[in-house]
Amino acid sequence: MQQALERIAVPTLALLASAIAFGLLLAVYARVDPLETFALMYQGAFGTWFSWQNTLTRAAPLILTALCTALPARLGFIVIGNEGALVVGGVAGAAAGIATSGASPLVAQLAMAVAAMVMGGLWIALAGALRQWRGVNETISSLLLTYIAIALMNHFVEGPLRDPSSLNKPSTWPIGDANMIGTIPGTDVHWGLVFGIVACLLAWVVLRFTTWGFAMQVIGGNPKTARMMGLDVGRYVLLACAAGGAAAGLAGMVEVAAVHGRANASLAVGYGFAGILVSFLARHHPLAIIPVAVLLGGIGASGGLLQRRLDLPDAAVVVLQGIIFVAILASETLYGRLLPRKREG
Amino acid sequence: MSDKFTIGRRGLLGGAAGAAGAAALGLAGAANAQKPLVVGFIYVGPRDDYGYNQAHAEAAAVLKKMPGVKVVEEEKVPETVAVEKSMESMINMDGATLLFPTSFGYFDPHMLKMAVKYPKIQFRHCGGLWTQGKHPMNTGSYFGYIDEAQYLSGIVAGATSKSGKLGFVAAKPIPQVLRNINAFTLGAQSVNPKVTTQVIFTGDWSLPVKEAEATNSMIAQGVDVVTCHVDSPKVVIETAERAGIFSSGYHCNQAKLAPKGYLTGAEWNWERIYVDMVNAMKAGQAPGNFVRGGLKDGYVRTSAYGPAAAPAGKEKADAAKLAILNGSLAIFKGPLKDNKGNTVIPAGTSYVATEPKLESMNYLVEGVVGATS
Repeated sequence: MQQALERIAVPTLALLASAIAFGLLLAVYARVDPLETFALMYQGAFGTWFSWQNTLTRAAPLILTALCTALPARLGFIVIGNEGALVVGGVAGAAAGIATSGASPLVAQLAMAVAAMVMGGLWIALAGALRQWRGVNETISSLLLTYIAIALMNHFVEGPLRDPSSLNKPSTWPIGDANMIGTIPGTDVHWGLVFGIVACLLAWVVLRFTTWGFAMQVIGGNPKTARMMGLDVGRYVLLACAAGGAAAGLAGMVEVAAVHGRANASLAVGYGFAGILVSFLARHHPLAIIPVAVLLGGIGASGGLLQRRLDLPDAAVVVLQGIIFVAILASETLYGRLLPRKREG
Repeated sequence: MSDKFTIGRRGLLGGAAGAAGAAALGLAGAANAQKPLVVGFIYVGPRDDYGYNQAHAEAAAVLKKMPGVKVVEEEKVPETVAVEKSMESMINMDGATLLFPTSFGYFDPHMLKMAVKYPKIQFRHCGGLWTQGKHPMNTGSYFGYIDEAQYLSGIVAGATSKSGKLGFVAAKPIPQVLRNINAFTLGAQSVNPKVTTQVIFTGDWSLPVKEAEATNSMIAQGVDVVTCHVDSPKVVIETAERAGIFSSGYHCNQAKLAPKGYLTGAEWNWERIYVDMVNAMKAGQAPGNFVRGGLKDGYVRTSAYGPAAAPAGKEKADAAKLAILNGSLAIFKGPLKDNKGNTVIPAGTSYVATEPKLESMNYLVEGVVGATS
């Protein structure tokens, strides 16, 4: 009970502290009224139905990319190659969409999703395998793989998959309007949001209620013990990395099939990197990822309004994100100290 | 807290209805004098980048001074669903009725999607992609033939260079960029046929580290004038100035960054287009759907000559400018060979700026050192 309370209280305190710090910065450096700014941010993020849709649309890719860090983190691995997995997933998805453009939309969409998830999964599994069998630090290798992914994307988009009519913004051939996955009925939020929420629920169920999840907890706690217990650690590492990569790859497919209709350099705009932030803020808990992604989506959604009404630079919301990140990381030390423990005896 | 910041649900609906009403009224020629025309600008990078975005922001600043006009701006908006939301937010929350999403990648699918959703709002895009019959009538595009200004800059660069080696830092080998590289080189060759232009493609629009590396490596190879086509020329110009070589600007005026070595530069003059479009809206008309022009229309210009520009170059550039203005000089004319020896424009053929073949340029002319792929 106390633990549950702490899990809510500590992040709340951290967020409050961030808000105060950001407010002070606003008042001292930007010389704007902090309360007015927060009211405006609320308007831009959650104040109206339009704002909500804006926020949720921005949150959708972050939920999926956050899983790419969160799942390997359960085993004690810090993977930050989310952007790369998204990019290769997007390109593979577009390629599958082009290849199946004559088929029925459902077949094409499935092909795109499978191709994107397989490619994204393999991408991060590669970092996992390098760590497991070659001892290469997975944080560094997954980050470096991102640059390779972007270079590969540029190669395919400007070379073999290029639509020659995309003169000044090189792009692949379009997947065709019929194969787009569209928006959730009654909203203009695309289906990526639902995919993300389902993926988080699935991850939570697997981690919480299955022997796989239990094995992953054991490995995360102490890999040596896990090995002595006879667990095939390498297999779980690859599985967790592949599952995380598949989620980020799916985010790439959603970008192609719900937003752009083709793959191009707009895939690499930082959703993957923002996903790392989301995962850490959620302390790698699959269910916590959803509200955290919505919060960051909301901050992004309100950024435009701050620029237009208060003449603040775009960097203002980036500063807020940074403050929140530091505050949440620092608040880790509060666990177990915040509330008085019941003394035994 | 002031009133303008409290937008309740009802207020928003009222605002949206008001915006739609204002659009209808605006086009009916009965613009309400009390309600300003709200114009939205969206930039892909920072407003003060000494480059592509600043060129637009400087023109937006001119609009801000016009009576009855309110300008709202957003910077660093990526070419994703984010720009769709920025446009929608400007329409719904600020009552914008004329939008200028200025980055090339905003057009398809983002701006087109919004134009269908908000048929009463006018969208004008920088880049020249609009096609009659294919794209909605409440959208349009505008662009300038900046290769004309690049040609003039090339003349000054060619006349000023001592080594005869020019450098060009470019983002991607796409038609717009190749056209600039070629025009700059042809301008330089018109005063010194032996001039070569070393080109380095960095691969993307904003990669400051690679741009600095490219500039330094060209300086090491003996290049003594550099120019560029990336989003922000700041790094290239500053690196050149530090190394004591000459530079030629792009997008907007960078003379401040290189008081010694800045020769001239190819600049946009977007305010001509924006002021026209805003005046059209105020007069109750839709702004033009396909607006293009070069030096003659005043959409592009060259920076004032710097102290290092060779007098002969200035003279010849001024003469070439007159010839472009009176139509007697075509930049791209045959016989023209690419740098692989193929004839790309046969003898006797001469292209005017509007020639569609120039829009899909995929070669580098003879004298350019570099490859498109």
